[in-house]
Amino acid sequence: MKIISKIYIALIMVFLYAPILVMVLFSFNSSPSTSVFEGFSLHWYTELFSNSTVLTALGNTLILAFSSALFATVIGSSAAVGIFSYKRRWTKSAIMSVTNIPMMNPDIVTGISMMLLFVFFGKMLAMRNSLSFFTLLIAHVTFNIPYVILSVMPKLGQLDRHLSEAALDLGCTPFKAFFKVILPSISSGIVIGFIMSFTLSLDDFVISYFTTGLDFQTLPLLIYSMTKRRVTPDMYALSTLMFLTILILLILFNFAQSRANRKKAKT
Amino acid sequence: MKKVSIGNPHVATPYVIWSVIFIVVPLLMVAYYSFTDANGSFTFENISTIFQFNYLRIFGESILYAFVATAITLVISYPLAYFMTKTSLSTQATLMLLVMLPMWMNLLIRTYSISNILERNGIINTALDMLGFEKVQLINTPGAVILGMVYNFIPYMILPIYSVLSKIDNRLIEASSDLGANGLVTLRRVILPLSMPGAVSGITMVFVPSVSTFYISQKLGGIHNELIGDVIEQQFKLNNNYNLGASLSLVLMVMIIISLAIMNRFASDDDGGVIV
Amino acid sequence: MKKSISIVSVITLILSSVLIFNGCGYEYQYPSVIGDYTNHNLQGTTLNVYNWGEYISDGSEDSIDVIKEFEELTGIKVNYSTFDSNESMYSLISNGSVSYDIVIPSDYMIERMIKENLLQKIDTSKLSNYHYIDEGYKNLYYDPNNEYSIPYSVGMVGLIYNTSIVKETPDSWGIMWDEKYKNDVLTFNNPRDAFAIAQFYLGQDINTENKSEWDRAAKLLKEQKSVLQAYVMDEVYNKMESGSAAIAPYYAGDYLSMVDVNEDLAFVYPKEGTNIFVDALCIPKCAENYDAAMLFINYLLEPEIALANAEFIYYASPNTSVTTNPEYSLLGNEILYPEESKKPKTEYFHDMKPEIRSNFDKLWQDVKLYRHPSK
Repeated sequence: MKIISKIYIALIMVFLYAPILVMVLFSFNSSPSTSVFEGFSLHWYTELFSNSTVLTALGNTLILAFSSALFATVIGSSAAVGIFSYKRRWTKSAIMSVTNIPMMNPDIVTGISMMLLFVFFGKMLAMRNSLSFFTLLIAHVTFNIPYVILSVMPKLGQLDRHLSEAALDLGCTPFKAFFKVILPSISSGIVIGFIMSFTLSLDDFVISYFTTGLDFQTLPLLIYSMTKRRVTPDMYALSTLMFLTILILLILFNFAQSRANRKKAKT
Repeated sequence: MKKVSIGNPHVATPYVIWSVIFIVVPLLMVAYYSFTDANGSFTFENISTIFQFNYLRIFGESILYAFVATAITLVISYPLAYFMTKTSLSTQATLMLLVMLPMWMNLLIRTYSISNILERNGIINTALDMLGFEKVQLINTPGAVILGMVYNFIPYMILPIYSVLSKIDNRLIEASSDLGANGLVTLRRVILPLSMPGAVSGITMVFVPSVSTFYISQKLGGIHNELIGDVIEQQFKLNNNYNLGASLSLVLMVMIIISLAIMNRFASDDDGGVIV
Repeated sequence: MKKSISIVSVITLILSSVLIFNGCGYEYQYPSVIGDYTNHNLQGTTLNVYNWGEYISDGSEDSIDVIKEFEELTGIKVNYSTFDSNESMYSLISNGSVSYDIVIPSDYMIERMIKENLLQKIDTSKLSNYHYIDEGYKNLYYDPNNEYSIPYSVGMVGLIYNTSIVKETPDSWGIMWDEKYKNDVLTFNNPRDAFAIAQFYLGQDINTENKSEWDRAAKLLKEQKSVLQAYVMDEVYNKMESGSAAIAPYYAGDYLSMVDVNEDLAFVYPKEGTNIFVDALCIPKCAENYDAAMLFINYLLEPEIALANAEFIYYASPNTSVTTNPEYSLLGNEILYPEESKKPKTEYFHDMKPEIRSNFDKLWQDVKLYRHPSK
């Protein structure tokens, strides 16, 4: 049984990593082919570094991910607090069902519905370009907010009501009580929400594809246009670099964490 | 006793406004475009176009492909998640990482890499050729599309199942075997029903992106395996027919809701139903 | 777990961006220009350019980076993006979802955009390099008074085939229906070009207004699906160069760039005739930086820049400074510039009446959704 399970796990891992290994291997190919390996070379890495489009796209992706995560976190966290204190059950459930829509809908429908909104109002207001960085930002904030709400909500549920009562009794204003008592105890949920938003935004292709004005190209959009044309291994080189940095950092992080755990165990 | 509220309900107002404008209104826009023509006047033409054989066939095939991909993903993931829970805690952490890591690669790149493996002059066929075998047609087949779906979305199945399985109290399993159940009965009577919520969320998380994908079918399926996502994408990006595109999206949305309702029903109906 | 991984990703991206920043820096050769590109107040403004993919010299393989050079010369920032069919470009411009200062549509699309009032007039007297444009490409049907468009490059569609798979020498579009080449044939992923091939094969006028002729062409395109591997636009490069497909109609210039990679590829202009096209620089109505657009157009007409582009994209040039330059490596190339006697029969696309257009759009949709019984 043990052996079977080990073999099974190994097989799945091979399945998961075969395409990634192929990509890494061919990023070092000396020829432009992505199927016949003709020799080792770093040519595609130098080619990649001389490509300013990639650099711009990477910058754009980070700007978008950061700003959309920031907005989503602010709006989403306060929404969670507000919704949590709603008294009427039906308003609560109504707003929560609306919140679920972007998570349940396929990306293509979310993307299209927002594009139609922007194009419709752009036309109505006779705007020259109804799709731009801002529409992209709005779209990303919109699909990020539900994840923030869902990571903050449970923290609110775990909150001890007596704490804020005590704070009020001790003379805190409700405003101060919120910042002194409630915010610290839900902060871990807020951080998780921010990080989830950030990563979702980094990786999104479909929604961006429909809502961007093309004057703002993100990395996934660039990759899409690259795979539509002549694909050379420089795309693989880009992916390999991203993959390796993630891998190395994960290992370092795990290492640091296990050391911290050991320290904790000692004291 | 009077409840002290934690915060002011009004802090949710910006979000309520936001969600109405950017979640509810866009869906109404989809409906609006579905029932109007290019000049904005009311029509049923788009919806009736969809009820032509060709479109219905594509809808049907999209559901079929996504269903098969979801079923395969479930069958592969369940044992994996189960075996994972049987390993040591540190191994579990590593395996979790290994499952999640491919998700950090963009879906487009992962799919492109698969197409490179399957191409006529791709890696498999080059290898076959060198070994003196006939080349085989792998790319542009239904199998390739389903493989692409399984590969890209399998982490979404493994993770929820694993997280449910790892929370099952071991004492329940012990109790079951103390009461005389053998391994298989325990699996069927105790573990499967308890892990059902994980499986259901895994099914949803694999089925929805599969049924609506357009990149995977474009890259791996060729012309004979177009899915509904491709048709919708073309209406917006190539044919400039927003009205037809909107009504196709509307039908897709309704279809997904129905499919998921049926699947959930199926899953909660019978403990082993989905596995078979 | 989720949290830790996410933090890591943030650090990763920052780190990888640092890596990329350090990797910059490569040798640059400066071209010389005739016109004046410094005497203006446009420094710091942005120019949005919307062009076909792989349709400008981009600095790879020691070519001139035309865009970057323009930015350095003028201080104008160029925002460059690409499309892969006239229809997708039109769809973005016409619904006003984006604004561009320069677009490069083909002839029939220019005709349509002029009709629909989507283009601005271009004052050619303000373009000091306009005299380089070949007289043969002036006053064409789509812009009879040269008011809206400046020719950028020209070409014809031909049949590209892989000689290691296709042992015969095809001379007709008919080979694209040959069962021998099942799953080896590619065709255009846009209605106009795809229909044109069927229409030439059937001996029809590609601008016919006769609905039954379009129906017949559509029927032929449906039959073709039994041998077809894919509908492609720029995906054709990979597929033909790697040998994944054996037969594809595409633009002559692109064949020249493909044969550089895979020398098994051959090219022919089929005897039934083929489509000739002019892609031209236009300024849309929605343009926000007209002056910079004019500067850019004049810049693209510069002899050195036009030469760099012609060498890079391999299409025939309408610029006489290129076609008379002895250093031009494709000078007299028999595919791009065939002698009078060897010229294929050619036809331009014309903009069609809206009802004809919506009719063949529907037919095209039918063709694409059609499932051949053999599949």
